[in-house]
Amino acid sequence: MATVGLAPEANMNLLEIRNMDHYFGGLRAIHRFSIAIEPKEIVGLIGPNGAGKTTIFNLITGFYRPTVGEILFDGLPIHGKRPFVITQAGISRTFQNIRLFGEMTVLENIKVAHHHTRQYGLFSALLSSRRFWKCEEEIENHCLELLSMFGLRERAHERADSLPYGDQRRLEIARALATNPRLLLLDEPAAGMNPREAESLLDTIHELRDQFDLTILLIEHQMRVVMGVCERIKVLDFGETIAEGTPDQIQKNEQVIRAYLGEEAIR
Amino acid sequence: MLTPKRTQTFIRSYPLFSGLVLLYALISFLYHLDWLNSYHIQLVMLVGINIVMTVSLGLINGFTGQFSIGHAGFMAVGAYTSVGMTTLLLQSPGGHLGYLVFFPATLIGGIFAAATGFLIGLPTLRLGGDYLAIVTMAFAEVIRTIIRVSEPMGGPRGIGGIPDYTNLTIVFIFAITSVWLMRNFILSTYGRASKAIRDNEIAAEIMGVNTTRQKVLVFTLGAFFAGCCGSLYAHVLQYIHPDNFTFMKSLEYLIYLYIGGSSSISGAIVGATIFTFLPELFRRFSSWRMVIYSLTLILVMLFRPEGIVGNREWRPLVSRRRRT
Ligand SMILES: Nc1ncnc2c1ncn2[C@@H]1O[C@H](COP(=O)(O)OP(=O)(O)O)[C@@H](O)[C@H]1O
Ligand SMILES: [Mg+2]
Repeated sequence: MATVGLAPEANMNLLEIRNMDHYFGGLRAIHRFSIAIEPKEIVGLIGPNGAGKTTIFNLITGFYRPTVGEILFDGLPIHGKRPFVITQAGISRTFQNIRLFGEMTVLENIKVAHHHTRQYGLFSALLSSRRFWKCEEEIENHCLELLSMFGLRERAHERADSLPYGDQRRLEIARALATNPRLLLLDEPAAGMNPREAESLLDTIHELRDQFDLTILLIEHQMRVVMGVCERIKVLDFGETIAEGTPDQIQKNEQVIRAYLGEEAIR
Repeated sequence: MLTPKRTQTFIRSYPLFSGLVLLYALISFLYHLDWLNSYHIQLVMLVGINIVMTVSLGLINGFTGQFSIGHAGFMAVGAYTSVGMTTLLLQSPGGHLGYLVFFPATLIGGIFAAATGFLIGLPTLRLGGDYLAIVTMAFAEVIRTIIRVSEPMGGPRGIGGIPDYTNLTIVFIFAITSVWLMRNFILSTYGRASKAIRDNEIAAEIMGVNTTRQKVLVFTLGAFFAGCCGSLYAHVLQYIHPDNFTFMKSLEYLIYLYIGGSSSISGAIVGATIFTFLPELFRRFSSWRMVIYSLTLILVMLFRPEGIVGNREWRPLVSRRRRT
């Protein structure tokens, strides 16, 4: 890509959060949080339980409105917008506690992502027009392809809540990708997985980034996972950013060891 | 040309539709032989209307996971709107000419009901939770009260002398078309958006679904069909009264739906059919009707909480057109 005619202050960051605070009533969950993520980066967000990691995801995706501060996506403010608007702008996420559409099939779960990009209107749907069938076929092929990539093709017509745990996690990631995001937020994707499964998930995440030109912000509890996959890490504790740097720097940071690794060492 | 070969192909490709045509022919035939009397025919027409009422309620409650409990209110809007046109305004032009008024009146009844649905759905559905239940129930009562106190609409005495425009043919065409339209809706991306909201509203938003808009759309569509049903219903009974549309009426549709299976078009059809016929078989116990309904509902909820049919569909109803 040629960088022609970029003004000096031109925004190169895909996501930029500036001085964000968030309060739940009197409780300050996030304090002066800032981050800038460039396209195609994989950034980790770690910290002990209750540090405010999930809250940051909820703020970025529009479930909460920050009490103070702003969130820019591709240079445009998105704070205060509704979640579906933010998804349509190009941010997608998974949830710490899996949120699939349990009674729908695996394939239907993915197809939901195509609702807002549908190429047919209400009357085409009601009258089941030729156009409707053509578009439905396209959607189906596209979704089956995505399922194949996650090894879920054979299970396409099973109910989502009948899948084993690991497959449910992967389906959630596949579903997030189906919205065609530029920024993917993964909330503890390896939670509940054994080291081997977590390892293969890491590989998948790397491949995804390259294949879909993704930028990824990742929350993870297992330190090994984060250290292995992230280029840059931010550490939160009680809503405060206590450290930030490469995996090596983080591993040597004393404050982090006290707040986070210490806890791990005791276990 | 209608050759035997072509007929055969048609029946193979559209078994359900062919079956319904056959059923229609059979009922008309039996009626002409006097084996069925006009009371039976009226019952069949009520089944058709109740099916559309229940399926349209299922769109809102079963497929989208909302809880509307005033569906009869929309029926009232449709009934009074269309009766206003066919009976009060035009003093029923005789013969076939009347249908020139009746068909548009039914459509307008549906549109009025849809507009009402839109107006109450828009502020209520974004709140989620139990608001919809409370508001729909209140709305149905308000509609009834308005009719009750307004003399031009017959007031508490009701309106009589409504022409009997609704007939077996019209009900068949109406019910088949309506169910077909709603089936298509469910099988489309709109249906999937609805089910996503039902299963997990937060995840639906994250998948880019404008959940408020989808809920309002479904609610409006459901109200539209209920409004059309109201028009047909009024022109079967030939006499309407505010008490035709009480909360009990809304409750009946809820019972049909939940007994049949709320997340299933087939279930709604089964529920509406069985429970329109059943009470007629036990006419002598008619004062026990609601008791029988409630007991059945409790039993079904205990032993088959997903309804008689569950959330499956009868294959021919949802099988997609064969692609050539
Ligand atoms: N909806 C909420 N209402 C009130 N407090 C909340 C809410 N969500 C999270 N919190 C609180 O905010 C803090 C951060 O939570 P969370 O972001 O879930 O932590 P993490 O994901 O890092 O484990 C915790 O103290 C939690 O109890
Ligand atoms: Mg969390």
